[in-house]
Amino acid sequence: MFDKVKEIILEQLGLDEDTVVTPETSLMNDLKADSLDAVEIIMAFEDEFDIEIPDSEAENFKNIGDIVAYIESKTA
Amino acid sequence: MDYKNKTVIVTGGSRGIGKAVALAFGAKGANVVVNYTASETKAVETVEEIKALGGDAIAVKCNVAVAEDVEGLLEATKEAFGNVDYLINNAGITRDGLLIRMKEDDWDAVIDTNLKGVYLCSKIIGKAMLKQKCGSIVNMTSVVGVMGNAGQANYAASKAGVIGFTKSTAKEFASRGITVNAVAPGFINSDMTNVLDEEVKETYSKAIPLQKMGEPEDVANAVMFLCSDMAKYITGQVIQVDGGMLM
Repeated sequence: MFDKVKEIILEQLGLDEDTVVTPETSLMNDLKADSLDAVEIIMAFEDEFDIEIPDSEAENFKNIGDIVAYIESKTA
Repeated sequence: MDYKNKTVIVTGGSRGIGKAVALAFGAKGANVVVNYTASETKAVETVEEIKALGGDAIAVKCNVAVAEDVEGLLEATKEAFGNVDYLINNAGITRDGLLIRMKEDDWDAVIDTNLKGVYLCSKIIGKAMLKQKCGSIVNMTSVVGVMGNAGQANYAASKAGVIGFTKSTAKEFASRGITVNAVAPGFINSDMTNVLDEEVKETYSKAIPLQKMGEPEDVANAVMFLCSDMAKYITGQVIQVDGGMLM
C-alpha cells in the first residue's frame, strides 16, 4: 500500500521515482505540494482505491503514514 | 496569433458569438470542438466552414448543465485531438421577463445553462488542463451582468455569477499557468438580439458611444487575444466589448 501511495504522489507532483519518501514525509512541507496539488492527490487516491475521502478527514493527514493508514482502514 | 495544433472547445459553438469564436480559431488552424445542444445541422455546417478555412473540427452534442454530458465532451475531444488547450465557456440562453412574472422554470433554465454549465465545464475540462500546466479559459459574461437590465434578472444574475466564478478560478488555477478571463459583450448583432425589432435596435444603438451594435467577430477577437501569448500576464479580468456602452 505504501508503495502504491508513494507512486501516485510522485506521479501527481511530477517528481523522480528515487525521491526519498517515508511515512513521516509531509506532502506540503517536504514535497512542496500546494493546496491544489493536495486536492489532486486526494482525488487520485479516490479513483485508484475506489473510496471517498471527505475533506474533514483529509485535513487531519499530517504525513504520508497517516494517508496510508486511512486508506488501509477504508479498503480492508 | 497561430493556433496550429492547438485544441479549443467552444460551448454553444454552432451559432451566434460562439460560432464566430469557433470560426476565428479555425481560420488560425486550430482544432475546434463545436459543442451544441439542439442545432445539429448548424453545428455540422460550422464544422464544414472551419475545415474550409484550414482548421480541423468536430461537432459534439452535450448539455453543459449535465455532468455526464460534459465528461463525454471531454472524452470526445481527447479521442479526436489528444488534449485541450483552451476552453471557451460560451453556451448561454435567455428567458426574458419581468421578475414578478418570471417563472421558476425560466430562472432555473438560465442559471443551469449559463452558470452551472460554466462550473461543470471548468471543473471537468479544467482538471484535464491542470495536468498540462498551460492553457486558457475564457468565460462569456455580459455587460448586463455588471449593470443589470429590466426583464433579465435571471440572465443578469447568471452573468454576474460568471464574473465572480471567473475571478475565483483565476486565483485557483494561476499556480498552474492557466489564465481565466471573462469577455462581456454589450449589444451584439446575433441570434440573441435578432428577436428585437429594428426600432428597438436603433434606440439602443444611439445610446452607445460608438453609435452602433457590435459584431460577433468583435467579441471573437477579444477571446482570441485572451488565449494568445500576448495575454499571458492577464488573468481574472473582465474585458468589455461594448462600444463604450458601460464605463
